[in-house]
Amino acid sequence: MRPTVSATTAVKLRVEGLAKRYATGDRALTDVSLALPAGQVLGLIGPSGAGKSTLIRCINRLVEPTAGRVLLGETAVTDLGRSGLRRARRRMGMIFQEYALVERLTVMENVLSGRLGYVPFWRSWLRRFPPADIARAFRLLDRVGLREQADKRADALSGGQRQRVGIARALAQEPEILLVDEPTASLDPKTSRQIMRLLREVCAERGLAAIVNIHDVALARQFMMRIVGLRDGRIVYDGAPEGLSPEVLTAIYGEEDWSAAGEAGAGRDAGPDVPDDDQLAAAL
Amino acid sequence: MSGLPAPDPAPLWRRRSALAELVRWTGWLLLVLLFVVCWELMTREQIWAFVWDAPRQAGDLFQRMVPPRWSYLDQLWRPLWDTLNIATLGTLLALAIAVPVGFLAARNTTPSRWLVRPLALFVIVASRSVNSLIWALLLVTILGPGLLAGVIAIALRSIGFIGKLLYEAIEEIDPRQVEAVRATGAGGAQVLDYAVVPQILPALAGIAVFRWDINIRESTVLGLVGAGGIGLQLKASVDTLAWPQVTLIFLVILATVVVSEWVSSRVRHALI
Repeated sequence: MRPTVSATTAVKLRVEGLAKRYATGDRALTDVSLALPAGQVLGLIGPSGAGKSTLIRCINRLVEPTAGRVLLGETAVTDLGRSGLRRARRRMGMIFQEYALVERLTVMENVLSGRLGYVPFWRSWLRRFPPADIARAFRLLDRVGLREQADKRADALSGGQRQRVGIARALAQEPEILLVDEPTASLDPKTSRQIMRLLREVCAERGLAAIVNIHDVALARQFMMRIVGLRDGRIVYDGAPEGLSPEVLTAIYGEEDWSAAGEAGAGRDAGPDVPDDDQLAAAL
Repeated sequence: MSGLPAPDPAPLWRRRSALAELVRWTGWLLLVLLFVVCWELMTREQIWAFVWDAPRQAGDLFQRMVPPRWSYLDQLWRPLWDTLNIATLGTLLALAIAVPVGFLAARNTTPSRWLVRPLALFVIVASRSVNSLIWALLLVTILGPGLLAGVIAIALRSIGFIGKLLYEAIEEIDPRQVEAVRATGAGGAQVLDYAVVPQILPALAGIAVFRWDINIRESTVLGLVGAGGIGLQLKASVDTLAWPQVTLIFLVILATVVVSEWVSSRVRHALI
């Protein structure tokens, strides 16, 4: 069993005083600070436009933050130049809403594109990836149950299958953390739960920390270890999923009758979908 | 009936106010007036006797044009082959130049919006503003008559066409796929190769085949100014009043265009 106290409490990602102001003057994020310990799967909830996507994109600088620092392990991501940023991005796997696979490439090419930060241009251009990368890609496709589809084009797959490819692509990077942006926004409830469970499992298997933007409070309650609530670009809640009381939800989303949502969440907690927390703890 | 409340008078609804309606009708009236005036100005110099004579002249020409002189076909194979080569080589040359120009002109792939992009757009506009026939006229003066002038004329005109359609296609790609590849730590060239090129490849192939099809038609007339191909024979036959030969050339061109049209539509269907 791996988890010693220092290993589990080691901070993988630290965000300090992050702010983003768009050229239009809109403040997307204001003074956001949080620390993500190794192995923690953190759910980021909040209304549309609260800055969830911006926060995730500021961490790997797909969006440049206006102020604040991002530390990945010992690396100050916000201070890096171009090539340094590329090397840092390899360490952060990203999974997207609507999958963001390259539709006309095969499943295998999509998974291997997770290795682009590691291989020189000519190798990627000739699709001559190192044997270790290819072996890893096949293992990952086995893991997400898509080995048979390796040579199919990404646009031939169903939504759930595409998101599995998205997960395999992120894992091919051998990342230290996962940044996950609304992974289930375009999936049906059943597939959503399967994808969330898969995410939790792969994080547990690899001791990966993750930040997961999530729309659905019930899903967040069910699968997240910690919840951060964002409203108008500020953190208004940071705590356990059990602490999402109607008052807290009102603070995050605004006034609404939360009793139904609470019951739905409670009902699901008793259902067979609940991940076995003891098992997960053991895996960690 | 008497139990129902009396219906309100039907509410009035008009798309435009009375004034707007009046302005529109006045506008149309002015347009018609302009047309009539222009027609009057343009036809003032016309010698109407020639126009009234036109049906007889056309009939006369037609009689001299049929039947086509089929034996002339033997001398057309070579110029026809030249014409196809001008179109094909010209399209390939244009592709080699237009693809980089397209990437430099597209907002989302250009290295600099303020310096490189305007230059690339200028290349595209300059190429599009001059017809192939004019390019050929200039090139025959510079390079001398022959196939080379034709190939380059076709290429110069096609760069703008392909470049413009290509950069529009590049600007319409799905940015999320690009973002996803960038997020893996891929370099600039790798992002182009993995995220941009797969998205534009069908469009590029369609554009290239479409332009090749157009170029076959354009290269049939380049010979008129001495730039090689079947147009040379056409000009020679018209100049010597060999009307049955002209008819045969028209038929050959028609057949070629029909075939190229068929080929290009098949290729485009296969690609989509």
